[in-house]
Amino acid sequence: MSLNTYRAGPDEHGHFGIYGGRFVAETLMPLILDLEKAYTAAKDDPAFKAEMGYYLNQYVGRPSKLYFAERLTNELGGAKIYLKREELNHTGAHKINNCIGQILLAKRMGKTRIIAETGAGQHGVATATVCALFGLPCTIYMGEVDIARQQPNVFRMKLLGAEVKPVTSGSRTLKDAMNEALRDWVTNVGDTFYIIGTTAGPHPYPALVRDFQSIIGHEVREQMMAMEGRLPDTLVACIGGGSNALGLFHPFLDDAEVAMVAVEAAGHGIETGAHAASLTGGRPGVLHGNRTYLLQDGDGQILEGHSISAGLDYPGIGPEHSWLHDVGRVTYVSATDTEALGAFQRLSKVEGIIPALESAHALAEVIRRAPTLPKDHLMVVNLSGRGDKDIFTVARELGVSL
Amino acid sequence: MSNTNSRIDRRFAALKAEGRAGLVAFITAGDPDHDTCLGLLKGLPGAGADLIELGMPFTDPMADGPAIQASTLRALAAGARMTRTLDLVKAFREGDADTPIILMGYYNPVYAYGVDRFLADAKAAGVDGLIVVDLPPEEDGELCLPAQAAGVNFIRLATPTTDKARLPAVLANTSGFIYYVSIAGITGAGSATSDAIAAAVAHLRTGTDLPVAVGFGITTPDGAADVARVADAAVVGSAIVRRLEANLDADGKAKPGLVPDVLGFVGELAAGVRGARK
Repeated sequence: MSLNTYRAGPDEHGHFGIYGGRFVAETLMPLILDLEKAYTAAKDDPAFKAEMGYYLNQYVGRPSKLYFAERLTNELGGAKIYLKREELNHTGAHKINNCIGQILLAKRMGKTRIIAETGAGQHGVATATVCALFGLPCTIYMGEVDIARQQPNVFRMKLLGAEVKPVTSGSRTLKDAMNEALRDWVTNVGDTFYIIGTTAGPHPYPALVRDFQSIIGHEVREQMMAMEGRLPDTLVACIGGGSNALGLFHPFLDDAEVAMVAVEAAGHGIETGAHAASLTGGRPGVLHGNRTYLLQDGDGQILEGHSISAGLDYPGIGPEHSWLHDVGRVTYVSATDTEALGAFQRLSKVEGIIPALESAHALAEVIRRAPTLPKDHLMVVNLSGRGDKDIFTVARELGVSL
Repeated sequence: MSNTNSRIDRRFAALKAEGRAGLVAFITAGDPDHDTCLGLLKGLPGAGADLIELGMPFTDPMADGPAIQASTLRALAAGARMTRTLDLVKAFREGDADTPIILMGYYNPVYAYGVDRFLADAKAAGVDGLIVVDLPPEEDGELCLPAQAAGVNFIRLATPTTDKARLPAVLANTSGFIYYVSIAGITGAGSATSDAIAAAVAHLRTGTDLPVAVGFGITTPDGAADVARVADAAVVGSAIVRRLEANLDADGKAKPGLVPDVLGFVGELAAGVRGARK
C-alpha cells in the first residue's frame, strides 16, 4: 500500500491497518460509541480547545521546555541532544496532558465518577489530580505488585482524594489493573467515565489519547524551528503503551527527513523471556479492546511482562505503534533494565535531572546512538517523567538501603 | 441467516414442544483438571442440563467475576489449552448426539489458533455454537460471519445497555438463540429483578423469533425458575463453578465426590426450570 500520509488513521472502525478496532463486551459498546460521538464534537469545538488550552497553560505549566543538554552532548561526542522536559509538567510526567483532555470530555458528557488503571502510578496520580481539580470522585485500579514498588505514588493518589483499589488477580500488574477497570466500567455504565492512560484500548481511545498527547510534538516542532531554524533529525522516546512516543512522533510522521526511534523495555534481555517488548518479542493478538502486538504463548494466553519500570511493564502496545512498526515508519528497539539504570544515573549526574526509569530507556538508546552521529545531528528525547518516584527501586537495585 | 436445522435449533424446538424452558449449564473446560471436567461434562445432560456452555480458558477474562476468573486460571494451571478443549467436546459427542455444546470465551485464543482452522476443528469435534464476549457486531467480520458460513451458530449477547436503536445491529447476524445478559456487570455479580428481566425479554422478542436465554446473576433453583417463566432458557455459570470450587482440597485438586455433588446441584437447578410453568 502506498501512503501519502501516515497521519490519517484510524479509519471509521478504529483501525490502523489491521490493528485497533473495538473488541469489547456488548455492554460497553454503546458507551464507546457515545464517547466517539462526544469526542468528535469536542475536537471541533473552539470552546473545548480554549478550555483545554487554559488548563494546559495555567495548571499544567505548558509549554514544557525543550532543553539543550550540553554536558550530555559533549560527553557522548556526537549528536546534539535536546530534552523535551515533560517531567516539568505538574505531577511530573506527560500523563497529565491526556487527563486534562479526558476529564473535560467527561464533564461535557455529564459523567460524575472517574475510574482509571495505573502501572507506575503516574497516570493514576495525573487522574487523581484532575479529579481533585474538578471535584469528581475517583477510583484507581493498581496491581498489588505495582503498589509495592511505587509506594510514593500510591500515597500521592490517596492525598489527592482518590480511592486506590489493589488488584490481586492475574499477574497483579498493569494488565490486570486494566481488566479490573473494565470490570468496574461494565458494572457502572451510567455515571462512570474511564480515563485510559495510554494509546491503547478500544477505539476511540488510541486516537483520542494520541491527540491529547500530540501537543508534545507540536511544541517541539515550534521550539526547534525557533532554536535551530529547522526540524530535528531524530526523535527518541520510550514505549510501554506508547502515549509519550506517539505524542512526540505524530506531528512529524509526514516529515520524511525526521527519523523516529521508540525504545521498548527489554527487562533482563529479550532472549531471557523476562521483558516487556511486545513488538520485538510478541505477535498480533486481541486484548483490552484492540488488536495489537502482544506477549502471548502459542495458545493465545497472555504472558506477563517484566521491566524494572512499572510503567513499561505491559504485555501489549498501542495499535498505532503496531501499524507504524509494520509499515516501517518508526524504528523500534529495546533497552534492558541494566541499560536503563545506567542512563538513569548518568543523566542525574551529568545534567542534574533525575529521569523516570521509563524515560531512562529512551536515554539508554540516546547513549548508544548519539556517539555514532555527526555533531550537527539534532536529536530530541522525550523526558516523559521525573524519577523521584523511582528512587526506592533504584536504591534497591544499587544495593543501597534508604 | 440462521442454520435452521442446527442442534441448537432442534433442542429449542423440542423444549417448545414440551412447553418448558431449558437449563443452560456453564463449566470451564479443564477445570479443575481434564478428566474431572470430562466426567462433569458427560454427566450434565443426565442431571438435567438442556444445553451446555463450555468456557474456553483465557488468562484475562475481562467480563468475568472472581468465580469464573479463578476457574479459568485453575484450568490453565492444570494444562488446559484449545486443543484439549476440543478434545473434551469430541469425547462428549461420542456418547451424546443431541445436547448442544456452545464454546464461550474471549477472542484471542481463537485468533491465535487461527479462525478457519478453529471453525473446522470445532465443527468436526461437535461444537454447535460460539459465544465470544469481546466480539460485538462491529467486529462481525472476524469470527461471526465465518462461523455462520461454516455452519456454527454465533450467539450474540444483548445487555441492559442494548437500546432500541442498537437492537437490530445486535440481532442482525446472530443465530441459535439470543443470550440476554440481565445485569450491566460481570458474571457472578448481582441479579436483576424478575420484572426487569420480563420487560427485557419482551423487548428482545419485538425484534426476533429466536429463542431468548437469560443469564448473569442466577444462583438458585428458584432464581432459575423465575427466569424460566419468561424466557426460553436460564443460564447458570458462576453458581455451578462455585459449587465445583467448594469440592476442591487446599491444593485446588478435586475431592472425591466432586462430580456427583456438582451434578446434584445442576439437578436442583433443572428441577427449578422444569417446574416453573406448572
